[in-house]
Amino acid sequence: MAEEKQTGRWGMVIDLDVCTGCNACVTACAMENNIPWTGEEDAGYGRGMHWIRVQRYWEGEYPDISPHYQPVMCQQCGRAPCEPVCPVFATVHSEEQQINLQVYNRCIGTRYCANNCPYIARSFNWFDYSQQIPTPMNYYLNPNVTVRRRGVMEKCTFCVQRIYEGQERAKAEGRAVRDGEIVPACAQACPTDAIIFGDLSDPDSRVSKAARNQRRYTLLEELGTEPKVTYLKGEGTYGG
Amino acid sequence: MAVEAKSLSTPIHGVDDEEAELREQLMFDPRPREELNRMVMESMVHTTPRYWAVVAFLAVVVLVCLFGAWGYMIATGIGLAGVRKPVYWGVFIVTFVFWIGISHAGTFVSAILRVFKAEFRRPFTRAAELMTTFGLAAGALYPLIHLGRVWVFYWMIPYPNARWLWPNFRSPLVWDFLAITTYLLSSTIYLYLPLIPDLAMARDRTKGWRHAVYKALALGWRGTEAEWARLRKAITIFAFAIIPVMFSVHTIVSWDFAVSQTPVWNSTIFGPYFIVGAILSGVSAVVTILVILRATLKHMDYFIRKEHLDALGKLLLVFSMAWAYFFFNDYLVSWYGGYEAVRKVLFFHSSGPDAWIWWSMIVFNVVIPWLTLWNRRIRRTPWVMLIITLLINVGMYFERYTIVPMTLAHQRFPFDWGTYVPRIEIIISIGTLALFILLYMLASRFIPMVPVWEVREGQEAHMIRQIGKARVPTVSELE
Repeated sequence: MAEEKQTGRWGMVIDLDVCTGCNACVTACAMENNIPWTGEEDAGYGRGMHWIRVQRYWEGEYPDISPHYQPVMCQQCGRAPCEPVCPVFATVHSEEQQINLQVYNRCIGTRYCANNCPYIARSFNWFDYSQQIPTPMNYYLNPNVTVRRRGVMEKCTFCVQRIYEGQERAKAEGRAVRDGEIVPACAQACPTDAIIFGDLSDPDSRVSKAARNQRRYTLLEELGTEPKVTYLKGEGTYGG
Repeated sequence: MAVEAKSLSTPIHGVDDEEAELREQLMFDPRPREELNRMVMESMVHTTPRYWAVVAFLAVVVLVCLFGAWGYMIATGIGLAGVRKPVYWGVFIVTFVFWIGISHAGTFVSAILRVFKAEFRRPFTRAAELMTTFGLAAGALYPLIHLGRVWVFYWMIPYPNARWLWPNFRSPLVWDFLAITTYLLSSTIYLYLPLIPDLAMARDRTKGWRHAVYKALALGWRGTEAEWARLRKAITIFAFAIIPVMFSVHTIVSWDFAVSQTPVWNSTIFGPYFIVGAILSGVSAVVTILVILRATLKHMDYFIRKEHLDALGKLLLVFSMAWAYFFFNDYLVSWYGGYEAVRKVLFFHSSGPDAWIWWSMIVFNVVIPWLTLWNRRIRRTPWVMLIITLLINVGMYFERYTIVPMTLAHQRFPFDWGTYVPRIEIIISIGTLALFILLYMLASRFIPMVPVWEVREGQEAHMIRQIGKARVPTVSELE
């Protein structure tokens, strides 16, 4: 796979300065990745399944409050805490895309990975939610993504099916993957273009340039997890 | 030796009291060998309608609460439990750690006290070893119960398979699996070895199905000098060998937490802290069971005396202090570290919605033992000891509850904070409690609850000697 090696490290930059907290990324992600809805009761209890969520924090006292939004998904750690703790190698590092993937068929549901994830990015199938989809609605399911059964863990894959599709298309046309050709669902849906996705190993790609911005930071940097997702400080810190 | 037992006692009541206490602990009122055998045999075959009623009730509870509820959960989904994001581990893991802790009792009382020749251990080593085996049987169910897909649990076992995959030996869960199976195996052998002469004793005094079973289990024991020599050697080897196994088991259980990145879990002191907690909880459970056995099993008041509860009560006080020391050490250093996420969790423990659990833990594990167990009269009153030891075990359960769900509930991102409410976990936990009691009750009518030969050995070996003006209990060298 030498020709695919050059399209090395996929990464993401999220510009919090332009994020409006509209949750379009959450919806798009759910539709793209067949993420089931868990129902009112379970979601209310804290079992809502999202691969990406918009964390919302308030600053100040009412009525002078300002909201802070931060979309958080699996940070695709270079040194992922979830990987060594799985007893059956269900959460593994992909050599090719340098991202962290979940093998649903191998997962036995110890949920240790989710406990050890400092970003709480993982969702568990507590019940057979995907079997509860009423009949006409099952046509919305994306055929490119596995429908998970109960008892397995799942999480953001950087839309690995889209990465594969883009790589295959480029390979068929005998060229390298163009910058911006592969777009995960969240980035595609973002109305303010706050989510930038691309190849971090290419220094000229849009995502690489954005990741070198002086406003850059990564989540919980002190843990040394080497996340592939970079955030750009917002909230007017740098005049935004 | 006897000197060990003496050093544990408080010399405030004068020499005569002390001597009387030792006389009781070492059972200086020997009865003829045949009478001892008869007493143990009678305690084993004697059943009342009330006994069978309790057994039937427990069997129903096990069927409904353990197998019924678990089966329903397998058919429906682990979501029947109260676990949620971010509290992915709940009461299942709490109860798992609790039972593994209980299982430390047998090894501690039997192996460590045997190695240190604490002579008062003799009449109740068997009772403690049985707790190890049944505690492990109850505890080892939980890693299965809590799995999302229990039907593929064997993927954790290293076996040749079509996927060409080993389990991930970097995962503490695999260490857990190996440690628990090792401990279950070795503790069962360790229970069995000292049982052989007693089984042979039972074989010679029974008829019918009991005779057939005991005959098979006694492995043709005749009691020759060579057999005794081999048995003593085997027991000594196992007593020494099982101690590191015991330490490894709860250390590895603690590593499930300590090797993770989770604030408060990630603590270097968790290994010894868990072991001390396990021994505190295990020895408490031994006292609980001894009090119950004494009241319900025939002739047990001869074998288990108030002085034994007294000696164990002193041990409990020491271990309660040791637990408090480790708890304080862990807490202080974590808090002093000043990491914001850790402080938030610790603050949540003592002031969150479940703070009563944390405070009850302090009261049951520290305040109550420290206020009561120093008192000789309290240590010698069985029903008070029953209450104290039950409370200590409740406190230890709360300790694990604090460590598992209450810590997970308050992780680094405030956006994901959430509280956990157990649901079906409670029913299944009651089910395993019933399983433990049921197994123990059935075993008490099948396995000689008192190691007769060990008691007799002690009675023959000890005597009071006059050395100068002092009267000293001594032990002749048997082992």
